Amino acid sequence: MATNVLASVAASGGPNCHFESADSPCGFPAPGAEIFQFDSVLTFQIGSIDFNITKVTFVVILSVILVVGFFLYAFRRPRMVPKGAQNVGEVGYLFIRDGVAREIIGKDGDKFVPFLFSFFFLIWIMNFMGILPFAQIPATSVFAIPVAFALIVYLTWVPLGIYSQGGWQFFKGMMFPPGVPWPMYFLLTPIELISNLIVRPFTHAVRLFANMFAGHLLIATFSVAAYYLLSATVIGIIGSVASLGVAIALTGFEILIQALQAYIFTLLAAVYISGALHAEH
Amino acid sequence: MSLLAEVTGSIGSIGYGLAAIGPGIGIGIIFGQGVQAIARQPEAYGVIRQNMLLGFALAEALALIGFVVPFVFGK
Repeated sequence: MATNVLASVAASGGPNCHFESADSPCGFPAPGAEIFQFDSVLTFQIGSIDFNITKVTFVVILSVILVVGFFLYAFRRPRMVPKGAQNVGEVGYLFIRDGVAREIIGKDGDKFVPFLFSFFFLIWIMNFMGILPFAQIPATSVFAIPVAFALIVYLTWVPLGIYSQGGWQFFKGMMFPPGVPWPMYFLLTPIELISNLIVRPFTHAVRLFANMFAGHLLIATFSVAAYYLLSATVIGIIGSVASLGVAIALTGFEILIQALQAYIFTLLAAVYISGALHAEH
Repeated sequence: MSLLAEVTGSIGSIGYGLAAIGPGIGIGIIFGQGVQAIARQPEAYGVIRQNMLLGFALAEALALIGFVVPFVFGK
């Protein structure tokens, strides 16, 4: 974030461009979508596909290493009476198993605990990268990553529904929800089909992406404002301090949102799996 | 065709404002009713909170689409 924000500040009138500065009149350099685009560190080609290694790639790799490393460490020698890191790992595991899998899917839910567990912790850590100093980009605020996650969930629950309910039964349950007077099906069937098969994976990805994107943009805007307003005028000092305060408060708020969005993503994945496993009655 | 009125500038932000009305009302209802339900039946806190967050996530998606679309189709 830092380098790109500074670049956008520099583009709009130099790094010394502050509010009412003597240098030159310059406007507020509001950060936009460009702060999510990074220069390639490495570019290579495999077949006809271009690969661009950017900072986001490293953030993703770091998140994976952190999650895998922590849980390998926590459960390296599992004991009956857990202590230290194993305690933390077990709390996380029980949270997903009892709070999400068993609560939503029911007694078949235990099979899906590893799936949901991996999603929750990977997304949480990827979100957390947004406020980790020097990383400072939530990996999930790059649209490709939530899309990949949502696609994995989609490609899990659709075949699962066909496998466990039978193809016709699964799509019948989706298209003709029971307990509706039959003329309503002319209206309801297309809506249900589109909302289940097209809108559902789309909103699943967009929900995570847009939350992290908006949060990161908000912090960046107030950080840039604090820098821009810094000048030897009364309005400048008050505005700069207030903007910095808001940026810090928003960082605290983001910590909450990051955990909440990881939870909601996992919760919805569990709801979709549950809907695929059990037909509605 | 003569123009009667025209909006210029950042139309995307107006679009986001419009897109936020419905979800704003919806999320208000969801959390209002959720808190009321918890107050009436504190022992059902876990189930209520879960369904509250689920409803919140579904309503919020609309506002977020309104937020993202100006970035995608802007300029």
